[in-house]
Amino acid sequence: MEWETVIGLEIHTQLRTKSKIFSSASTAFGAEPNTQACAVDLGLPGVLPVVNAEAIRMATKFGLATGSAICKHSVFARKNYFYPDSPKGYQISQMELPIVGEGAIDIELEDGTKKTIGITRAHLEEDAGKSLHEDYQGMTGIDLNRAGTPLLEIVSEPDMRSAKEAVAYMKKIHSLVQYIEISDGNMAESSFRCDANVSVRPKGQKEYGTRAELKNINSFRFVERAINLEIERQIDVIEDGGKVVQETRLYDADKHETRSMRSKEEANDYRYFPDPDLLPVVFDDAYIEEIRKTLPELPDEKTARFVSDLGLSEYDAGILTASRELADFFEAVIGQSVDAKLTANWIIGDVSARLNKEDLTIAECPVSSKLLAGMLKRIEDNTISGKIAKDVFNGMWNGEGDADTVIDKKGLKQITDDSAIEAIIDEVIANSPDQLEQYRSGKDKLFGYFVGQVMKASQGKANPAQVNQMLKDKLS
Amino acid sequence: MSLGPDDVKSIAHLARLEIDEKNIEEYANSLSSILDLVEEMNAVDTAGIKPMAHPMNVSQRLRADEVLEVNQREIFQKIAPKVKDGLYLVPQVIE
Repeated sequence: MEWETVIGLEIHTQLRTKSKIFSSASTAFGAEPNTQACAVDLGLPGVLPVVNAEAIRMATKFGLATGSAICKHSVFARKNYFYPDSPKGYQISQMELPIVGEGAIDIELEDGTKKTIGITRAHLEEDAGKSLHEDYQGMTGIDLNRAGTPLLEIVSEPDMRSAKEAVAYMKKIHSLVQYIEISDGNMAESSFRCDANVSVRPKGQKEYGTRAELKNINSFRFVERAINLEIERQIDVIEDGGKVVQETRLYDADKHETRSMRSKEEANDYRYFPDPDLLPVVFDDAYIEEIRKTLPELPDEKTARFVSDLGLSEYDAGILTASRELADFFEAVIGQSVDAKLTANWIIGDVSARLNKEDLTIAECPVSSKLLAGMLKRIEDNTISGKIAKDVFNGMWNGEGDADTVIDKKGLKQITDDSAIEAIIDEVIANSPDQLEQYRSGKDKLFGYFVGQVMKASQGKANPAQVNQMLKDKLS
Repeated sequence: MSLGPDDVKSIAHLARLEIDEKNIEEYANSLSSILDLVEEMNAVDTAGIKPMAHPMNVSQRLRADEVLEVNQREIFQKIAPKVKDGLYLVPQVIE
């Protein structure tokens, strides 16, 4: 039987506020345990939560960036459950009236087509603390520094049909929250993680199959693997005559398996109700319009502009706009009047390859946008060839100075003087009588041999276009 | 609407309350009478009335995003049953 997969994602993105969502304790990462957990975060008696204005603003900004409905009257609710990393016995979240309602975002699939993924809602909530299960002789250690950190939970419609689509969607949201500066998107620090709801159904069937929820996946690679594993598992269960049960499952990256955490309908009865400690959050259209003004150019708009105004391909534009830092770097280079296509090729090619190799981000690139622009100008004015530029780039990477300094120091200046090139060509021809004879008797392929020899004799410095033209004249 | 003994047990379990078997019937009756009151109120015609999230018709005041809290771990941990390396220790949680 042919199966169809249905996937919906719940993405938890940590908002980059300085203080927590309901208290004035710091949200900075990496502090000593429990030094940033105040009376409110600890749920001590008599405390009252007060909403952080910045969290409301950031959530609204996300809503605007995804064309979502903004709820001007949203309500916080208590989600009741017992777990030691949540000392109040409930998590403050939003249930019936979340701040962000329905919206949508486009993702690009591998074959270049676009697909629109619906956003059901996005609501504000507080994060829980951290449990440390090792090393405490039969006890669990609790660090509540993270408790109360603002999260925006972005819930998608079950619109994705493969693990690849889920990853594309997750990457798109990841890029967006950084573009609009509401999250640092740091996955290693758990600032961006997701739960995936996965089900399968016979192709053509209208009703959804029973879904399992994969919890807390914090890398793109793991999302793809975990979903694919879960799809296989569910199909196996059904084909063996069994039934998929609705449950929460955990992906174990080391063992490469998903396993059941607990049966959802039994354990989870959250008994949501409006939090009596908090009043509805109310704002007007003027507030929304103020926030709209702060929206930067969004990735899709930027891509479209790079294509229409700069003549880049859709593919190149998509790569350059995937992160805001990369797009900013690109724009900084072309801002120094360098050709856009040449710049795009270099950033997507040599620059990205070197960054990947050294495991650096564009922000950490030792070759600044100014240095790169300086070098590209030397390609444009024929001082160096594209091939020699690789040496110049390496020199700049290693801190040997700007392009002109490296070109000077290493004597990499391109030979463009006709008579100098002619002299090299004459010498090569004189030294290759056999090849010359074969070429003249019709072995055209040997043209490449002559080009190679001339380039070699000039140590790669002869201008390739001139060499080609002059060789053609000489050999004919 | 009336609650049976199993409902009472399940509510108590969700709230992590230990209850005495002999009180269950009484709890069931008390809780049921609260639900009856709700049922009675349900009969009031509320068509066209917007539900309220809070008995007071006011909205939330927002706080500026500033860090004002200082580290008071030592004071807080004085009342904790057990701590180690700055962590609160609790009976082991098994997933």
